[in-house]
Amino acid sequence: MRLLVQKTFEAVTFSDRANALLSDNFWLAAGFILLALITTVAFISILGLSLVYVERKIAAHFQCRLGPMRVGWHGILQTIADAIKLLLKEDIVPERADRILFFMAPVLAILATVLALMVIPLSPSLQVVDLNIGIVFIAAVSGIGVLGILLGGWSSNNKWSLLGAMRAGAQFVSYEISVTLSLLVAVLFAGSLQLSEIVQSQAAGWWIWRGHAAGLVAFIIFCIASTAELNRTPFDLPEAESELTGGFHTEYSGLRFSFFFLSEFINMFIVAALAATLFLGGWMPFHIGGLDSFNAVMDLIPPGLWFAGKTAFIIFLIMWVRWTFPRLRVDQLMRLEWKFLLPLSFANLILAACVILTEAYFFA
Amino acid sequence: MSVTITSLSERIRIPETADSPLDTQEYFINMGPQHPATHGVLRLMLKLNGETVQEVIPVLGYIHRGIEKIGESVNYRQFVHLTDRMDYLSAMMNNWVVAMVVEKATKTELNDRIQYVRTILAELERIQSHMLWWGVLGMDLGAFTPFLYGFRDREIITDIFEETVGCRLTMNFIQPGGLMADIHPNFVKRVKEAMTYVKPKIDEYEELLSGNVILQERTRNIGILPADEAISLGVTGPPLRASGVPYDLRKVEPYGVYDKVEFRTAVGTVGDCWDRYWVRVEEMRQSVKIVEQLIDNIPEGKTMLMKPAKKIIIPKGVFYSNLETARGILGILIASDGVSDKPVRIHMRSPNYNNLWAVDRISRGSRVGDLVANVSSLDLVVPDIDR
Repeated sequence: MRLLVQKTFEAVTFSDRANALLSDNFWLAAGFILLALITTVAFISILGLSLVYVERKIAAHFQCRLGPMRVGWHGILQTIADAIKLLLKEDIVPERADRILFFMAPVLAILATVLALMVIPLSPSLQVVDLNIGIVFIAAVSGIGVLGILLGGWSSNNKWSLLGAMRAGAQFVSYEISVTLSLLVAVLFAGSLQLSEIVQSQAAGWWIWRGHAAGLVAFIIFCIASTAELNRTPFDLPEAESELTGGFHTEYSGLRFSFFFLSEFINMFIVAALAATLFLGGWMPFHIGGLDSFNAVMDLIPPGLWFAGKTAFIIFLIMWVRWTFPRLRVDQLMRLEWKFLLPLSFANLILAACVILTEAYFFA
Repeated sequence: MSVTITSLSERIRIPETADSPLDTQEYFINMGPQHPATHGVLRLMLKLNGETVQEVIPVLGYIHRGIEKIGESVNYRQFVHLTDRMDYLSAMMNNWVVAMVVEKATKTELNDRIQYVRTILAELERIQSHMLWWGVLGMDLGAFTPFLYGFRDREIITDIFEETVGCRLTMNFIQPGGLMADIHPNFVKRVKEAMTYVKPKIDEYEELLSGNVILQERTRNIGILPADEAISLGVTGPPLRASGVPYDLRKVEPYGVYDKVEFRTAVGTVGDCWDRYWVRVEEMRQSVKIVEQLIDNIPEGKTMLMKPAKKIIIPKGVFYSNLETARGILGILIASDGVSDKPVRIHMRSPNYNNLWAVDRISRGSRVGDLVANVSSLDLVVPDIDR
């Protein structure tokens, strides 16, 4: 038994623990897998609810109003009430919709979200699975989400939805390149595709400063391109409420709509978590070289909190942008990506390679 | 010039032998009557090629209430009520134009108090109308925050109306022969407060939206309406001035006390969405200036010169008056038989109806997103189009 406990404590992720136990006790291993599943589902639901609440409150305060105030203390139960309403709503399927694809689309959207969430290290001891190809996995999996949106727009049999889906297709395919290129910069710096190792590699300093301009530019490009991937303002063309009346999810209601909605908010968390992991040191505390007492105080804050704080900061940035900017036009969106972000990303990748070759890091 | 009348179903039929490559096809899409960007029940049939707008066919009549026809069976005082429901954001000016034509026909000379109060109220109405437009333009372009900013500041002015008029939207305050009632004792104080509140807010609008690079990208050189076409389409108001025609009835044929105040007409140079945006923002400033010049000098006097119980009978003939609302020139034509206290015929020349036809002209060849910006920059109020 002691050996078992030791084995599970040495391992970091749920999957490692299950793997370590597999040869000794099958049921304990299965228990860990089950625990991982339950935790993920619970995490997603609670995170979704709280992010919706936070978004509404932040939006309200940007707009000089209070936001939800009636249900619970400062409206804290409002999103729960809304969730119940969404679950109880009639599920409407347009008469001439492609039913199979129509049912599949929201599931695909949320599936991509859940899969991407699996590999993110929330703290040194909290991660579902630590793949050695983590970054590739994330880049691959986020493509499935696009499929969900495209199918949703196509199968609704609505011209507005189709327009939204076509916009989404063009937008996601374009911006995925920039996202991946800026992910690659972090991979180059860390020399690993494994997310936990990327975090470990930032012990000497976060890549956003340590990587010279390359790190900073990659971080900014990642944030911009990911906002486009999230289809939030100023890149919310697939939805474009005032143009396309909701775009790809015009015909969705009730539970199916809430799947799209939930996946959008969890995707926001994933993007923020990725940015924090790759460029802001993940769960690493903030250290300043030479100031030992300051560093010791920083170490007292648990790594989970560091991660949550960094993620929350980026989520706030994304929301800030959303409630400030108008929306771009289709051709301007494409121009921004292909004529500006993409060349910049390539140049930045080469710059990052040069930094690594010459080992010209800060805080080396 | 000949006009060919075709039915909508004929116009939106795509011939089976359409001369286009196999993989692309033009299609029609229905924007409205329920669509968030058409501000009501305006229906636009769009002929699209991908996202490019080929043609815009406005379809009217979804909120037609026959206001002009009803006007033939009510007397002039009652007709004022109906005009509130046309362009509900310029209700005060709509009331005024009826009062104006009746006073012109009956040759009633108004005292200065009435004229001053009418002018102040009309300018306040213009400010709140433009504020609402500003917010809605932001929302149409995808920024939701300006919408609430616009509404927040508009509230200050509607509160003043509520105190003096008793209503926030459908005023029915300016009556033939004067005003429905005297202004509230707090009116002067509150208007002054509102003006000191509004002035920095207009600067805030510019910080929030005007300087934004995305807004400029979305509006500059979009939906260009050349001056000659604007004139031939009958476009009036800020869209006309944005095209570079300095035609403002407040300047050209001053009514009220506009000849006693100093203000400038904002004129654009290109005639694009940005100019229309800029002209309106500048008009807000000029309106504040007008109100500030007048508010301290409201003279004493009676506020109603016609006896309310007495029938208003207009001499036989046809009378026309017009004035500048927040959206353009609102004209009213009344034909009277000289016997009855009801008109034989009433016709309104509403600014939105004429401005609407510019949508097709300025949107061809642009994207759906630009179309939304164009419709928004023309500031259409649909009940005024259908009447």
